[in-house]
Amino acid sequence: MGEGKRETQAGDPITSFIAEGQSMGLIDQLLKGDEKAAARVMRLVEDGVPEAREALKRLYPYTGRAYIIGITGPPGAGKSSLVDKLVEEFRKEGESVGVVAVDPTSPFSGGAILGDRIRMQRHSTDPNVFIKSLATRGHLGGLSKATDDVIQVMDAMGKGVIMVETVGVGQDEVDIVKTADTTMVVTVPGLGDDIQAIKAGILEIADIFVVNKGDKPEADKTIRELEMMLEMGAPREDGWKPAILKVSATKGEGIKELMGALKKHRIFLETSGRFESYRRDRVAHIFENLLRDKLFHTAMTKLKGNGTYDELINEMFSKRENPYSVIEKLHCQCGLEAKG
Amino acid sequence: MEEKERKIKILITKPGLDGHDRGAKVVARALRDAGFEVVYTGLHQSLDQIVHAAIEEDVDAIGLSILSGAHMYIFPTLIEKLKEQGLEDIVVFGGGIIPTDDIPKLEKAGVRGIFLPGTPLEEIIEWVKENVKPRPVTL
Repeated sequence: MGEGKRETQAGDPITSFIAEGQSMGLIDQLLKGDEKAAARVMRLVEDGVPEAREALKRLYPYTGRAYIIGITGPPGAGKSSLVDKLVEEFRKEGESVGVVAVDPTSPFSGGAILGDRIRMQRHSTDPNVFIKSLATRGHLGGLSKATDDVIQVMDAMGKGVIMVETVGVGQDEVDIVKTADTTMVVTVPGLGDDIQAIKAGILEIADIFVVNKGDKPEADKTIRELEMMLEMGAPREDGWKPAILKVSATKGEGIKELMGALKKHRIFLETSGRFESYRRDRVAHIFENLLRDKLFHTAMTKLKGNGTYDELINEMFSKRENPYSVIEKLHCQCGLEAKG
Repeated sequence: MEEKERKIKILITKPGLDGHDRGAKVVARALRDAGFEVVYTGLHQSLDQIVHAAIEEDVDAIGLSILSGAHMYIFPTLIEKLKEQGLEDIVVFGGGIIPTDDIPKLEKAGVRGIFLPGTPLEEIIEWVKENVKPRPVTL
């Protein structure tokens, strides 16, 4: 673990402000595990304000330690109830637990109702459990844009296990695999026939399948369909054979077995070197997202700054130009040489 | 990172024992439709649970629905607990069955807005827009 050294760039108003004092507060408190400080920093990250990047820079040396579990599946499958039960189990093992729960933003108003906490509120006062609700804010893929950064903050504050609950997903929201070490797909009996089970997308990403509401009579049929789907497919490249578990989250049945499966997968990750390589992948993922944002922002600022943007759009709209040719003609001078 | 407008986050919650959450849900929904992010905790919340949810979610305001008659205990105690945590900048408002005589006392205790049954939702939304701003964060 590296030292939390921070590079100060001269002339940067935020860094010079921080260098002047009064400011080490929140980050230092956060690194000691302080919930209030962590919550404040997460809010900055969530709102994407410039100070957030400053905070993330300073937290970066302390990240990469937590074990991240992704929980995804259709709406109403019982993801939150399952997370609630898993929090309880991890707490019994003495783990400090973070939960990031994502709910959708209304495409019309931009508002959101974040209700995943309802099922987990009994852990609210436990100082070793931190639950953070995030709205997607227009981001597709099942997570919000800030999810990876919020995880960084939780990781730095010392959460050993971080569970990330996606929005209720359909068949194609698979961002969670890039974020999680272990991906759990939660489904329920009676959602569709066996054709549904061989569809690409979320069923391909599971390290562990959970058939929740397992006390329903059709549960065994769902289990069989999933088993058949796995048998029909080619073995996975990484050699892991996904586990399929029948659980009733509200009755607490099958939770011990689920914990066992999680443990097994974690050991598999550690012994196969994937726990390390996933961390490298995650850094690359975060960097690529930042790079994409930066290039887009730089290009747009340039185009809009000299009025070219509107001109180009008008040209395309009037069919004198087309977007495909215009993009080929644009020469990107982004000045991407690494500084210093 | 581009400069973006910060979202306002509001905790809507039902403290104590009464089990009627329709009002809370209607208000939560209306606030969502007005573009706010609403964290809803559900029923039967203890004041400590509410305070911790407010901390973790870093909300700008807490709205309570109280139909049990315990408002003269719940509001002042919550505000006291928020103060203890240094969170006096969180706006506390609420609604429910509250005798008009109690309203000045609650306001004195630090409750910023009280909405009685029958208040048009637009009025609540306008009030929130005017009175709740994202709490500033200094690193």
